[in-house]
Amino acid sequence: MTLLDTHIGFVEALRSAGLSVSLAEGLDAISALEKVSWHDRETVRAAYAATLVKRHPQRVTFDAVFDIYYPRLIGSGVAGEDAGPAPDGPLDTGPELARFREALAEALASGDEQALQDLAVEAVARFGAMPGRGPGLSSWSAYTSLQRVSPAELMDRLVQGLLAAGLDDERAERTAGRRIGDFTRLVEGDARRRIAEEKGPEHVVDVTVRPTIDRLDFTAARRSDLEDMRREIYPLARRLAARLTKEQHAMRRGPLDVRRTVRASIATGGVPLTTHHRPRRPHRTDLVVLCDVSGSVANFAQFTLLLVYALREAFSGVRAFTFVDDVVEVSDTFRPGADVVEVMESLSASISHAALWVRTNYGRALTRFAEEHADAIGPRSSLLVLGDARSNYSDLALPVLTDLAGRARHSWWLNPEHPRHWGTGDSAAEQYGQVVPMVECRNLAQLGEFVHQIV
Amino acid sequence: MTTTWFESADDAAARLRAAGYLTDDATALTAYLAGALEKPLLVEGPAGVGKTELAKAVARAAGAELVRLQCYEGLDEARALYEWNYKKQLLRIQASGGEDTWSETHDDIFTEEFLLTRPLLSAIRRDEPTVLLVDEVDKTDVEVEGLLLEVLSDFQVTIPELGTVTATRRPFVVLTSNASRELSEAVKRRCLFLHLDYPDAERERAIVTSQVPGLDDKVAAQLVDVVVRLRELELKKAPSIAESVDWARTLIALQIGDLDEATVARTLGVVLKHASDQQRAMKELKLPR
Repeated sequence: MTLLDTHIGFVEALRSAGLSVSLAEGLDAISALEKVSWHDRETVRAAYAATLVKRHPQRVTFDAVFDIYYPRLIGSGVAGEDAGPAPDGPLDTGPELARFREALAEALASGDEQALQDLAVEAVARFGAMPGRGPGLSSWSAYTSLQRVSPAELMDRLVQGLLAAGLDDERAERTAGRRIGDFTRLVEGDARRRIAEEKGPEHVVDVTVRPTIDRLDFTAARRSDLEDMRREIYPLARRLAARLTKEQHAMRRGPLDVRRTVRASIATGGVPLTTHHRPRRPHRTDLVVLCDVSGSVANFAQFTLLLVYALREAFSGVRAFTFVDDVVEVSDTFRPGADVVEVMESLSASISHAALWVRTNYGRALTRFAEEHADAIGPRSSLLVLGDARSNYSDLALPVLTDLAGRARHSWWLNPEHPRHWGTGDSAAEQYGQVVPMVECRNLAQLGEFVHQIV
Repeated sequence: MTTTWFESADDAAARLRAAGYLTDDATALTAYLAGALEKPLLVEGPAGVGKTELAKAVARAAGAELVRLQCYEGLDEARALYEWNYKKQLLRIQASGGEDTWSETHDDIFTEEFLLTRPLLSAIRRDEPTVLLVDEVDKTDVEVEGLLLEVLSDFQVTIPELGTVTATRRPFVVLTSNASRELSEAVKRRCLFLHLDYPDAERERAIVTSQVPGLDDKVAAQLVDVVVRLRELELKKAPSIAESVDWARTLIALQIGDLDEATVARTLGVVLKHASDQQRAMKELKLPR
């Protein structure tokens, strides 16, 4: 493959991974590469990044694709080839495995990045090879390597070592966790690199590249993703708030302010060159949020609540209720300036109050809401229901929802599932959707867009 | 006429360091590329990581003058590009007392004398090396972006009465953004992109000690250590480099030679600006009240 082929393939892969790379930007990248020296891989990466990646969240995707198209080394590299004569016996069990784990423990304790990288390469080469039946069928497995080496078992030893080095409990544990996580990622990266080498990069890109954090489905998120998402909430709220004020200012031109216009016209000899207008009064709504907090959709409900409360100023009042099969008001949890972590904890605590029989029952929850908190909904308020509308085949209480929606000024239902799943199984999305407009809301980007619309 | 801003990425790093700005490799390389390819540089990142400072440092390092356009909501052509000085034009017409013909007056009042140049136009017209800083470009309205397009891609400005003004010497353009709004694809396409983030502990220590002379090495290390831990917490606003530098200055002013927990607790207000953030930090770092 020539250099140009690699470049074209790389740009194509970026496009299919969702980065909008234009032809002009591809040309820019080439002229940038002409200006830099190529002896350092990181230089090439930085030159590509400066010209092709124009949005920071896409950087993760870019790095993953770059590692596949411009691998760190080929095969086991120079170090792997002249490792000396092979010791007796099989390479991947017994004393060799023990020796390898010893080396790994040392590298983890010292935090030496170069050593960890080399060990990751070695781990995949030794323990992750999956010989195939014919040429081109062999493969590499990060999972097998990690199973054999099992770095997590070294955790205790690592923590002890760090404690001896003078760190306190909590930090030692965090540092150890981070280093082992880094090593796991290195092994995964190296397995990807070898597979790409064997099968061609274009086959690997599709399966390995994950969507960026704001496009990741709430229901598909891992634990670490959820933490990243939580960190995204406040920046997102700030961006939305900035956008809202700007739009409100743009729509602000109300009736002519005669006094200011005449006053300003004095500077231009009495000719009113610029007119001044009175600002319009902004319109604010009361928002009532009803969230399903049962296991399957709890994360989604929490994010939505956090976002709504972060944008509190845009509403005249927000009341929030959570339910599984009973309804609890949680508005008090969200004090102004409250701490995100505490809010999340008290929210999860409230879930136990919201469940009587621990099976989601929309009909019962809606009926209870109408009985106990009917005063929350008035002609000035908007009703927002969050949930997947999976009601375990129980009574749906459609008349109750119709009544609630009729009394509210607007009402929406946010569903974290893909529309193709609506109405399948016990999902009552279609029935509810006829009463209240149902909106698909699967990731942070869609959530931000929706919240922006209702404000 | 072209200016060679930097010889290479290493040269950029060395000269920026001499100008008091410590870069990482990617920043130095991107700054060098922006000069070599004569493309505008869009710098994005959280507040207080040195986006504006980068432009100033480039100006200092290259001995160029800095022309700054501070963007804000409602910024328009008249304040970004150029404006006709209509008061002076009115005076000119009144002073002639109706003796000139209309065409004479017309030719006369649309000349250089009555043109008020604003930052974008002055940056283009300068003959000396210039760094043009368009600060907080995300604060402007979408219309201003359209205005920037012509300036950024061709480095020229069209004034209907005078014709097109083309740059004799292309300025080094730096746009900064806090990402409060997505810029249009058209603007992004024309720029090189650089995301500045919080630096690693080592570089931050170097920055703090270089910005605050007289700071004890031990205190600097302790300070950076605390700041790094604070950034790991879930805070509304993580402390930036600017805030760690402020903190270092505070410690100098208070003549504190050892940053122990009590001192951290007392001076936490310098780095954390939300009450809930301070409480969280108190709790997580187990600080005495």
